[in-house]
Amino acid sequence: MGTYFTTFYKYKYLLYVLVERDIKKKYRRSVLGVLWSMLNPLLMMIITVMVFSTLFRFDVENYVLYLLVGQVAFTFFSEATSFAMGSILENSALIKKVYMPKYLFPFSRVMSSCMNLVFTLPAILVIMIYTGQIPTWKTLAFIFPLLLMLIFCLGIGLILSACVVYFRDMFHLYRVLISALNYATPIFYPESIIPPEYRFLLDYNPLYYFIKGFREVIYSGGLPHMDTVGICFGLALASVLVGIIVFRKAQNKFILYL
Amino acid sequence: MAEKIIEVDHVTMKFNLMEEKVDTLKEYIVKLIKGKLMYNEFVALKDVSFSIEKGEAFGLVGFNGAGKSTMLKVLAGVLKPTEGQVIVRGNIAPLIEVGAGFDPELTAMENVFLNGAILGHNKAFLQEHFNAIIDFAELRDFINVPVKNFSSGMYSRLGFAIATEVRPDILIVDEVLSVGDYQFQQKCEQRITQMMEAGTTIILVSHDIHTVEKICNTVAWLEHGKLRDIGEAGRICNEYQKH
Repeated sequence: MGTYFTTFYKYKYLLYVLVERDIKKKYRRSVLGVLWSMLNPLLMMIITVMVFSTLFRFDVENYVLYLLVGQVAFTFFSEATSFAMGSILENSALIKKVYMPKYLFPFSRVMSSCMNLVFTLPAILVIMIYTGQIPTWKTLAFIFPLLLMLIFCLGIGLILSACVVYFRDMFHLYRVLISALNYATPIFYPESIIPPEYRFLLDYNPLYYFIKGFREVIYSGGLPHMDTVGICFGLALASVLVGIIVFRKAQNKFILYL
Repeated sequence: MAEKIIEVDHVTMKFNLMEEKVDTLKEYIVKLIKGKLMYNEFVALKDVSFSIEKGEAFGLVGFNGAGKSTMLKVLAGVLKPTEGQVIVRGNIAPLIEVGAGFDPELTAMENVFLNGAILGHNKAFLQEHFNAIIDFAELRDFINVPVKNFSSGMYSRLGFAIATEVRPDILIVDEVLSVGDYQFQQKCEQRITQMMEAGTTIILVSHDIHTVEKICNTVAWLEHGKLRDIGEAGRICNEYQKH
């Protein structure tokens, strides 16, 4: 176990460089650069709010903030996991040539998506103030669902990045899955519209709990419930454990399939 | 007797060379049902043992498909041998196909840090050595240019400069001395000699038997995955040429 930590320590600068590279590449040559991380959710917000407050109306108080929280959290999940999925394949040239801990690639991708999320925080703050949900010290508790979701994404990212090496179809399959998940999670609709017989769609949807955690803090302005945090903790732990096991088992044979 | 820096102990490397590469789930299932998922075993290295002493310049020769690249990958730790083991006492800087660690979108400066980090170095070390790397590569005027705009010569100069600046215990050089112009080749050879004097172990793979003969002291000759002969450079190179 000790050697794992020493290798990780040795390569922590590589992790930093990889995250930095992703962010730099994302905004290279764009005039506004990192500002886009803030502008993007704001502009998307305006569009979705226009669509949903005129075309489809839901009876939700402070709908703008409700939607924003759900959307930002979901985007983080879908971006982090999809981005992590291709990490091993895209770095195949490197993996074939130089030894390094391979989990660094999915790890770095999830981290850079998390950085993107952090950049959108000012946008969320602006919307909070604008909609009258004034942030307090309690708002800082969003860090709990955020950290747990990060760990959850890491686990999923590890699983996906390892599986896709063997089955490239995962890319296409996962895109469909993400869009199904987008509708199955109460992002733009209130969970009350789900009829009781379809309630299982929420109960078995991990994202539901993470988004619930975020909403309890940012939208309702309180602390997250212990129940929510507990479930999120369990999900995160399970995901990262399975991720590590799958990835470790698969990684020695990556090179033969790249 | 000098210290053994690398010990290769009865290494066998087998691949499951499938008839065709199965890339998709559908193909996989179809083949599985048809029973066609045959594992066509291919032995790339067969019971190879040798050791390399510290400070030695070790050459690997052999025809195409003899297992040279596989051997290098095993030494670099990229491939795990199916049987046997490799003991490496020191850090290795691989120089296999220069520029493998480059991101074409990033500038030369950013790539120095990326590549250095891949080789396991930290920021402070790279900042300290940054100027020396750029000067050796003669790319001072191009540090802010994305490397996708570089010529292949510039590419390999930068790669060589990074890998050798870090003064590894072991340097793996695979056919890279043939790139770049004559002047730069001279510079590279000079640097390799310097590194050897400083105690770095060099592992060189090349089809150019004259380079091998000039640089190496010991040469191993691989043939069909087996170690055909190993010994003093002049003798092996002579026999290899006659073959």
